[in-house]
Amino acid sequence: MSLAATLQTKRAVKIRRGLTLPVLLLALWEVSSHTGLVDARFLPSLEDVFLTAKRELIDNNLFGELGFSLFRNIAGFFIGSVFGILFATLLALSRLADALITPTFNGLKQISLLAWIPLISIWFGFGEQAKIVFVAIAAFIPVVLNTYEGMRNAPRDLIEVGHALKFTPLQRIMRIFLPSALPSIATGVHLGLIYSWLATVGAEYFLAVGPGVGGLIIAGRERFDMALVMVGVIILGLVGFILNRLAATVESYLLRWRVSAH
Amino acid sequence: MSTASKSVSVAPASAQLRRAPRKLLNRRALDRFGIALIVPLGLLLAWWIASSQGWLPEQILPSPAYVSSTALEMVTSGEIFYHAGASLQRVVIGFLFGAAAGLTLGMAMGLSRRVDDYVRPLFLAFAQIPTLGWIPLLMLIFGIGEALKIIVIAKGALVPMTINTAAGIRAVPASLVEVGHALRFSRLQTLRLIVLPGAAPSLFTGIRYGLTHSWTALVAVELLASSEGLGYLLVWGRQMFWLDVVIVAMVAVGAIGFLMDKGLDASEILVQRWKQGEDS
Repeated sequence: MSLAATLQTKRAVKIRRGLTLPVLLLALWEVSSHTGLVDARFLPSLEDVFLTAKRELIDNNLFGELGFSLFRNIAGFFIGSVFGILFATLLALSRLADALITPTFNGLKQISLLAWIPLISIWFGFGEQAKIVFVAIAAFIPVVLNTYEGMRNAPRDLIEVGHALKFTPLQRIMRIFLPSALPSIATGVHLGLIYSWLATVGAEYFLAVGPGVGGLIIAGRERFDMALVMVGVIILGLVGFILNRLAATVESYLLRWRVSAH
Repeated sequence: MSTASKSVSVAPASAQLRRAPRKLLNRRALDRFGIALIVPLGLLLAWWIASSQGWLPEQILPSPAYVSSTALEMVTSGEIFYHAGASLQRVVIGFLFGAAAGLTLGMAMGLSRRVDDYVRPLFLAFAQIPTLGWIPLLMLIFGIGEALKIIVIAKGALVPMTINTAAGIRAVPASLVEVGHALRFSRLQTLRLIVLPGAAPSLFTGIRYGLTHSWTALVAVELLASSEGLGYLLVWGRQMFWLDVVIVAMVAVGAIGFLMDKGLDASEILVQRWKQGEDS
């Protein structure tokens, strides 16, 4: 009971500390926009931003559009991650595949993601397919890199044990390589989630500017409407934050054995 | 039995490799290089066949010959170097600012639970807003000049650098730090001799991702607002439907990224060798 109580206070301290800076920043923002310390065109007041948010979300059905963005994000992320783990497993465990493909992969991954957009838009058009392809590529790359790294660093003794016990290749993957690469894979998937959200916004910017959060931000910039831009940016951040929390929770759940090992 | 003999043979082999004559290493590298070329050459062949058979229209896939003549023209006229130079300069400046800030912040967060508690939620909230989201907002404040580009690129490097530095320092086993306590290391000694070497792989991951993010941010900001640089070349080529220019610009983006990555590899090996030398 007392242990639970200390955990409770520890949690409270953590929450209080986490909230301190954001609250201070908001207070500073509100004060400076009201006293005219900063030009309101650059820093609209909180009420302004709030009213703009209400107008866009409720009157202009931003929620529905956000749903589409999210669906695209998750679909691309899922496709990219699954293929990424499979692809990296192949590269990490097969010497031949590694020698043949890894250098090409490393070369292609150097072309930063957004540079693919002109080519993708010419090849796949501006539709849903092009966007999902782009998001999937974004998730694929970090998942491959981290999974590969993790499997390559699987403890040598464990691999030897696998040899001694005459494991089949499938057993070696399931019992040795996947478990020991799990922390790296989790990192990769986590990064993949961040990248794919970036790609979702990128797709909305560059592949047909229209409805959606990305379109909203671009429109706000063109109209020099800082409140609108901020609403868009905050929504981007919120979605990203939720995705990140989700990934962190899953990550710590999957890696809970590490804590108990200490 | 086989386990024992294998684990014994590992150490001498690596020692031998280090002292091996250069010729042997060169041949092995050459072999690897040859194998690595199979896939790209195969793709090039497929591309050549596809375009010479007219399977795809010229606007969708220009012929390799056409693209390479464009590339040659852009190299001899110096056009590509002008744009690449402009991009490279922006990335280097922005990355240095971002990495330095990220290292500082990451160390503070990794070393002190209190700082971490205070800063992490806000930092993550900011970090979760993709660089692309920041660009329009920053454009309103800073205009579309050089300052905007440097800030965006620095932000790209800052996030992975901070996260990886903090995570790397956190992940240093507590038992090692205890050893430091037992040896009565000062805080600075603990940091220099135990924490930073332990976190080094993670720091390198941070630098690597930081540079990649900077490069991505550069392309993003140049796609949205610039009148020179590789990103500008991409937008311009696409607007004119000059796929050859787009491909040349993509190759340049990839080549520079690749060279930066190789440079990092080399420096990582150097640092590791230095660490090993210090250990023995």
